[in-house]
Amino acid sequence: MSILIDKNTRLVVQGITGRDGAFHTRQMLDYGTKVVAGSTPGKGGEVVHGVPVFDSVAEAVAATKANASVIYVPAAAAADAIYEAADAGLGLIVCITEGLPVRDALAAWHYVAQMRERGTNGKPRLLGPNCPGLISPGQSKVGILPGRITRPGPIGVISRSGTLTYEVVQQLTHAGLGQTTCLGIGGDPVIGTNFIDALTLFEADPKTEAIVLIGEIGGTDEEEAALFIRRRVSKPVVAFIAGQTAPPGKRMGHAGAIIAGGTGTAAEKMAAFEAVGVPVARIPSEIPGLIAGALGRRRSHGTRVTPGRAKKKVASPARKPARKAKPAAGRARTAARPVRKPGRPTPKKSPVRKTSRSRRPR
Amino acid sequence: MNLHEYQAKELFARYGLPVLPGQVAVTPEEAGDIAAALGGTVVIKAQVLVGGRGKAGGVKLARTPEEAVEKARDILALIIKGLPVRKVLVTRAVDIARELYLSIVLDRSRKLPLVMLSAEGGVDIEEVARTAPEKIIKWPIPLDGPRPYQARALFKPLLQDGRQVQQAADILMKLWRVWSEGDCQLAEINPLAITTEGKVLALDAKVSLDDNADIRHRDWESWRDPADETPGQRLAREKGLSYVKLDGDIGCVVNGAGLAMATMDLIKHYGGEPANFLDIGGSSSPEKVTAALRIITGEPRSRVRAILFNIFGGITRCDDVANGIVRSLEESPLGVPLVIRLTGTNDEVARKILADHGLSATTSMDEGVRTVIARAQEVTA
Repeated sequence: MSILIDKNTRLVVQGITGRDGAFHTRQMLDYGTKVVAGSTPGKGGEVVHGVPVFDSVAEAVAATKANASVIYVPAAAAADAIYEAADAGLGLIVCITEGLPVRDALAAWHYVAQMRERGTNGKPRLLGPNCPGLISPGQSKVGILPGRITRPGPIGVISRSGTLTYEVVQQLTHAGLGQTTCLGIGGDPVIGTNFIDALTLFEADPKTEAIVLIGEIGGTDEEEAALFIRRRVSKPVVAFIAGQTAPPGKRMGHAGAIIAGGTGTAAEKMAAFEAVGVPVARIPSEIPGLIAGALGRRRSHGTRVTPGRAKKKVASPARKPARKAKPAAGRARTAARPVRKPGRPTPKKSPVRKTSRSRRPR
Repeated sequence: MNLHEYQAKELFARYGLPVLPGQVAVTPEEAGDIAAALGGTVVIKAQVLVGGRGKAGGVKLARTPEEAVEKARDILALIIKGLPVRKVLVTRAVDIARELYLSIVLDRSRKLPLVMLSAEGGVDIEEVARTAPEKIIKWPIPLDGPRPYQARALFKPLLQDGRQVQQAADILMKLWRVWSEGDCQLAEINPLAITTEGKVLALDAKVSLDDNADIRHRDWESWRDPADETPGQRLAREKGLSYVKLDGDIGCVVNGAGLAMATMDLIKHYGGEPANFLDIGGSSSPEKVTAALRIITGEPRSRVRAILFNIFGGITRCDDVANGIVRSLEESPLGVPLVIRLTGTNDEVARKILADHGLSATTSMDEGVRTVIARAQEVTA
């Protein structure tokens, strides 16, 4: 098994006639991905690496029954490509494109989220933008991750990065730790699938036995993921955070990788994971050892054993999400979120403010 | 891109926000002329892209044009947090009764714009957030912006006076347009001042623009001040590389931002100090590699003692990087040791190219980092 993509994924490549689109179509076909169509406005009727090109995603879907799309169009057109894919009814939209204006990404995010609220099965789902895509070893790859560093196995990998993910996945593979799915969620401040969404999927995937989470500086997604793991994830998780030496106020390559207003530091994120018993690797090469250890313990005990939880009786069966820590988690969660004044003004009740959390499929 | 105060005020004025009349001067005499034209007491403010200008002596009052010349001379001689002051903004002075804080940022968790308001204006807001977070009101607003009645309701408890509430709400509505239409990451007024006459004014302006949105803002280029960049930063921007200068002595050239950060961390982990963050990006041509080496070695007073290449080939082809390294060394030899780590796409070809030129490469990131630290220490010793 795997998450999001498998042998049944039928992919349409948006921007297939461009340099990157064509190159990676070749790579994906070689890996065995079912690339059934491409789309580029005005280039319908062409063929790229044997894949038929359509003028629009809707036409591609009608002709080929595609169920997922990957986007390689320039930044200025990327948000439109996301709308087009969502409106064409695709269940998974993977946006590789880097450099989307935040305002565009924000609008597209809300559009997809609202559509998902009305729809079923958590669809459509957006991955990215500014992400390397995902790969379910031996089944399908969508995006730009190199296939040869992966191998099938029990580990789920979630990362905000590209090449750092390759580094970690290669080290896992060398250590004999194969993967169910490796997922690059993207380095932008606004991304369609975050750590919590990915953790939810891996928790529900019966073949995934342990999860590697690779975070970096900027935002509070890692802190929120840590609290989520405590409440909802029974499988062992090992974390790594990049940017321990990053100076505040400087954007470290990724648009989202910035320590702003004193928050978003690696130290805070590492502490958040350690506080909920998730082992944090100091350096990437520690990850295989930590995950192998966690996997071994899980297999022998049938449960997650981590330092933070070791005090408690190790009893909860693997299938059942651990919920015991709820009161403490509730408190910690409040503290970690932005402080809100009790006497806040009435506009705060605005209906649009239903948080993203309520939209997430469980 | 962060704007200078005078640039941010220019942007504010376009949207009708109340800012005080003023002008930028690069010499004390110019400052004096502007003061004379404005008449009365003026404020002279250093234009540097750091906070805490006031504490550093970069903001001064002048009652006469002569005094303005004198004060401007003092300020133009300052170096604030490492940045020399090359411009001052001269504006009319006003009597302030109260100072508030108002800003709009992106709330990354909620995926909504966030209005932040505090009665504690005129001070470092990060300090307030640390010591008295309850004094900051945070209001996540709908994607299409606040409504005027909501803006009035926001200010009512703080200002009471109906006319002041109206003015402040109007300012928020305009600041929203600056943030949204202007593609800002941050649009901040600190202080939002209430004068003794009851007028509400944007006394300071801080704007950080979303660099990704420059495709639809041609005018942004004119705000870029070449003197705000080091030679390395300028070259990096021109070549499309992500670069941040740090204080250490081990340079690193990496493909991918996450791996670049992890490489810096690993250098530190093994006892070294990284000199920079440098991401040569996905499809790295030999030209980018050459530029990367020039960026690192070309900084004034460079402390770099050794350089590490850490390349994980994916879209980036290792042979491209190897060719870039070889070509670059042929053009101008490096004065410091070079350690290369390569793995991934075409790494065997790359290794052969390097070997033909007497260079070698490791496959392990840990080994590469340990080696570069050892080489740097040899140079020191």
